[in-house]
Amino acid sequence: MGEGQDISDQTVWMLAVRDTRDRAAFARLFDFYAPRLKGFVMRGGMDAALAEEIVQDVMLTVWHKAAQFDPERAQVSGWIYQITRNRQIDTIRRTGRAMPEELKHEDEHEPDAGQVLAMEQEASKLKLALGRLKPDQRAMIEKAYLGDLTHQEIREQTGLPLGTIKSRIRLGLDRLRHELKELREP
Amino acid sequence: MSNITHHIPEPMLAAYAAGTLPPVFETVVATHVSMCAACRAGVQAHEVAGGAVLEAGDGADLSDALKSDVLALLDGPAPVDRPAPARRGIYPGPVIAALKDREPCWKSLGMGVRQSILMDGPEGSLRLLHIPPGRAVPDHGHNGIEMTLVLQGSFADETGTFGVGDLEVADEDLEHTPVAGQGLPCICLAATDAPLRFRTLVPRLLQPLFRI
Repeated sequence: MGEGQDISDQTVWMLAVRDTRDRAAFARLFDFYAPRLKGFVMRGGMDAALAEEIVQDVMLTVWHKAAQFDPERAQVSGWIYQITRNRQIDTIRRTGRAMPEELKHEDEHEPDAGQVLAMEQEASKLKLALGRLKPDQRAMIEKAYLGDLTHQEIREQTGLPLGTIKSRIRLGLDRLRHELKELREP
Repeated sequence: MSNITHHIPEPMLAAYAAGTLPPVFETVVATHVSMCAACRAGVQAHEVAGGAVLEAGDGADLSDALKSDVLALLDGPAPVDRPAPARRGIYPGPVIAALKDREPCWKSLGMGVRQSILMDGPEGSLRLLHIPPGRAVPDHGHNGIEMTLVLQGSFADETGTFGVGDLEVADEDLEHTPVAGQGLPCICLAATDAPLRFRTLVPRLLQPLFRI
């Protein structure tokens, strides 16, 4: 990502998968995410064979549910993170995870490039902030998002600066809600 | 929706995104998020942070066949989704899911207060409470965390007033007496990770019976 000025490669690939079912782009996403996913899941305590099963399921979900990816309010890594946690929880629990009602676009809409870019920039700022943490703080954050900390333990964690990215996501949601309203009240 | 003033505490949003909340609290968070754009944005922000952790971590070597296996499966049938339950009346989708798509099964707690138990187990309990206007929920403290989300009407206690979509998170330090507001009966989704202990003698005797 050229000094935070461009849309990241991952987003470009993801949009190509979503909009044109581009297999070469999917293969690139696979090369980028699959090893990271395997490492991530194994750090959470899963053995290599089960970790690969999860990687396979997550990457197939990325392909099949690509239509749900909305770069105005999510970013590829975050979206894949959520799919991964859902999949991991499904292996642990008999009943699935309680999920909020979904907000769905019913139609194609023109993406707001400015909002997409702003999301990308916020995400890369967050990555920089993560890189600047002291090793023990960083380890704590990693444990929290791996699901290795209880809610009580997370209470004591040193947080990442999430404020601006929240307001960016909020903008994307407001826009979506506005569109949904227009769909309901033509 | 924009009237919501009591939101999910930050550590709970993080725990929800990481999937570490017990199911009873997870259901309350998912229900509030269904009603509250600010907290939905909060969960998604934590997911971006989780994504940053995922991206920054070391990769592991893959088996040789994994990539070709996955690519070969792209043309296979898409997995069938659990249909996401839709809102019905005052009950958002996650409540409908916890009700297993049935109507609430109301049982009287006395004084016009009713409850319908949705989950009850070692990791806590989840219930709907129905409190007539102006009526109090018996004075109680609790051993652990209690989350109460208003679905209809309102209630007020020592800490403030809670309307539709507002969430109260109380810990063992709070002894409170929620009183339902005027107007419609107050219907809440309430989760505890430990049995409630009532202050007055009779309700305490009835606690095992009512599983409260």
